Amino acid sequence: MASLGSTRRSFAPWTDPNAKAYIRFDNVTKRFGDSVVVDNLSLTIYEREFFALLGASGCGKTTLLRMLGGFETPTSGRILLDGQDLAGVPPYRRPVNMMFQSYALFPHMTVEKNIAFGLKQEGMPKAEIAERVRQMLKLVKLEAYADRKPHQLSGGQRQRVALARSLAKRPKVLLLDEPLGALDKKLREETQFELMDLQQDLGLTFIVVTHDQEEAMTMADRIAIMDQGRVMQVATPAEIYEAPVSRFVADFVGSINLLEGTLLEAGRSGARIRDVSGAEFGVTDAGEGQVGQTVWLAVRPEKVRVTRQRPADVRNALEGEVWDIAYLGDMTVYNVKLDDGRLIKASSINSVRAVEDALTWHDRAWVSFAEDAGVVLVR
Amino acid sequence: MRKSRQPKGSWGRRFLIAVPYLWLFVFFLVPFFIVFRISLSQPAIAMPPYTPIFELDAGLSSFVQALKELSLDNYLFLLDDPLYVNAYLSSLLIAAVSTVFTLLVGYPVAYGMARAPTAIRPVLLMMVILPFWTSFLIRVYAWIGILKPEGLLNQFLLFLGVIDQPLVILNTTAAIIIGIVYSYLPFMVLPLYATLEKMDYALVEAAEDLGCTPLAAFWKITLPLSMPGVIAGSMLVFIPAVGEFVIPDLLGGSRTLMIGKTLWNEFFSNHDWPVSSAVAIVLLVVLVVPIAYFQRAQARARERGL
Repeated sequence: MASLGSTRRSFAPWTDPNAKAYIRFDNVTKRFGDSVVVDNLSLTIYEREFFALLGASGCGKTTLLRMLGGFETPTSGRILLDGQDLAGVPPYRRPVNMMFQSYALFPHMTVEKNIAFGLKQEGMPKAEIAERVRQMLKLVKLEAYADRKPHQLSGGQRQRVALARSLAKRPKVLLLDEPLGALDKKLREETQFELMDLQQDLGLTFIVVTHDQEEAMTMADRIAIMDQGRVMQVATPAEIYEAPVSRFVADFVGSINLLEGTLLEAGRSGARIRDVSGAEFGVTDAGEGQVGQTVWLAVRPEKVRVTRQRPADVRNALEGEVWDIAYLGDMTVYNVKLDDGRLIKASSINSVRAVEDALTWHDRAWVSFAEDAGVVLVR
Repeated sequence: MRKSRQPKGSWGRRFLIAVPYLWLFVFFLVPFFIVFRISLSQPAIAMPPYTPIFELDAGLSSFVQALKELSLDNYLFLLDDPLYVNAYLSSLLIAAVSTVFTLLVGYPVAYGMARAPTAIRPVLLMMVILPFWTSFLIRVYAWIGILKPEGLLNQFLLFLGVIDQPLVILNTTAAIIIGIVYSYLPFMVLPLYATLEKMDYALVEAAEDLGCTPLAAFWKITLPLSMPGVIAGSMLVFIPAVGEFVIPDLLGGSRTLMIGKTLWNEFFSNHDWPVSSAVAIVLLVVLVVPIAYFQRAQARARERGL
């Protein structure tokens, strides 16, 4: 069977029924007054996993992280770390460390003192502290900045100090709250890969909260998509992208064309859908769809082709007019307005520098996609 | 470097800068020199009760004459009589002790306010400022009713059975300290609240995350970071408390010695304007030291970007 997307490494404890859960949220609910921030949520995270909580602001992802750190108490439910119930364990006794969104560097201490802070609390001997701090400074490439105060550092350097400080105690789990949110785009992309390497090298479990899907897709082994305090889907980045379980997830990650229709027949050899305009599509897999049910066919723009003529070899094709063209450099996004008013997005890689007879605004065009290009969704 | 966006020689700008300086000149520097001049003269039975040193309208010759007659007698007199030295020392001590107690009471109040839900903070702030709506004199007077032997405090303690004899608090140093702590509390709470409120609470969480108990996090993070507020509040209490007159006069009785009271006595009872002026000048000089320290601490805090 073809795999979805490319896999970074052969690490998939979630597919192993005998794998031991490292962190478990069991029916965790958190209320602030009347509002339910985390709603009866259960989640399993494995050791050495790079796990991302992805969602819009207010979806409860930060609260979930803070409950693991010990800064919030669940209203109900249990959180287990390595089999131990964390209820009643204060933050300073948890074997987890957190990297705060604001970095929370102590402004009255030098970089060195900031990194040494947690070690001093442990009562580690001075020589060992010095050695560990040196290691940490080397790890984040800030050896020359040991005596600086936080306000003498750039944003990227502060981010590194915060990272070094949270790693200095060698926690079992590192929690990262929007770790790259304050960095500019270039630096963010570099740092993403550095974080991944670091996590691999140190063999730690990382849980990162982010609202940036690209960041989550790049770094994480698995992503939990959250909405209104609930987990909508937990899967690898490729599964989330190529096999979303609901319209919400499909729409949240990347862009998507959702074609509403009725499932006409579903069988081993494929399925047929009649969409609202009356056109019929063939798909290889009906997913969870039942015959006669209203379903949505979700097709990613890059899997849609735009051509002047109806392609002879493809069954799924719709005619319309080029409505908008967005030239992004590496690719071009077309919005094609179908004759019934629906907009279909299609994107194509600009693999050649100049195209003859390129499509332009208000040209008649056909959008088409293969039978295995889309996912049939019922939710 | 930041460039000035003001055109050179903008009159509006000069005017804005000039106004506070003019104010300070007229209401601080000029009176200061008048007092300083009196402190160098001799007492006399006259109106005003001192020998004039020089008159501005009498010309240069009288100025030279005046310079010859200048004497530091009044200052030497202050050093000579242990009453004054003791009064200064006792004032500094009472002010220092009161400042410590004000800090001990004010810090938890300010901390509680800064950690209160954002919605009720304005109400709490209002409650701190509320006492100013009543005259200071009346509020200090009310403490007589609380502290006197048959006052509210003694009655309450007798009722509880904690004591069987009324405590003598009124007309003691303790009463002065209570009065100062009560009266100056808002001046401690407000700057403390201002620093604590703008402190990022994530810093405390980070400290706890790194293994600090809440108490350790307070000592290592919250307290050092609130030092600018501690210093500002302490100075705002200490400096006026040293020269405080109303509180020792109403609550301290006749035996306690404070420089404000001594000054009042010199001025109104003894009618010795030159000596009382010298007392005032020395008080100012004594206070310049903590004020200078305060300024330096503030400048340092700004440098550290706090």
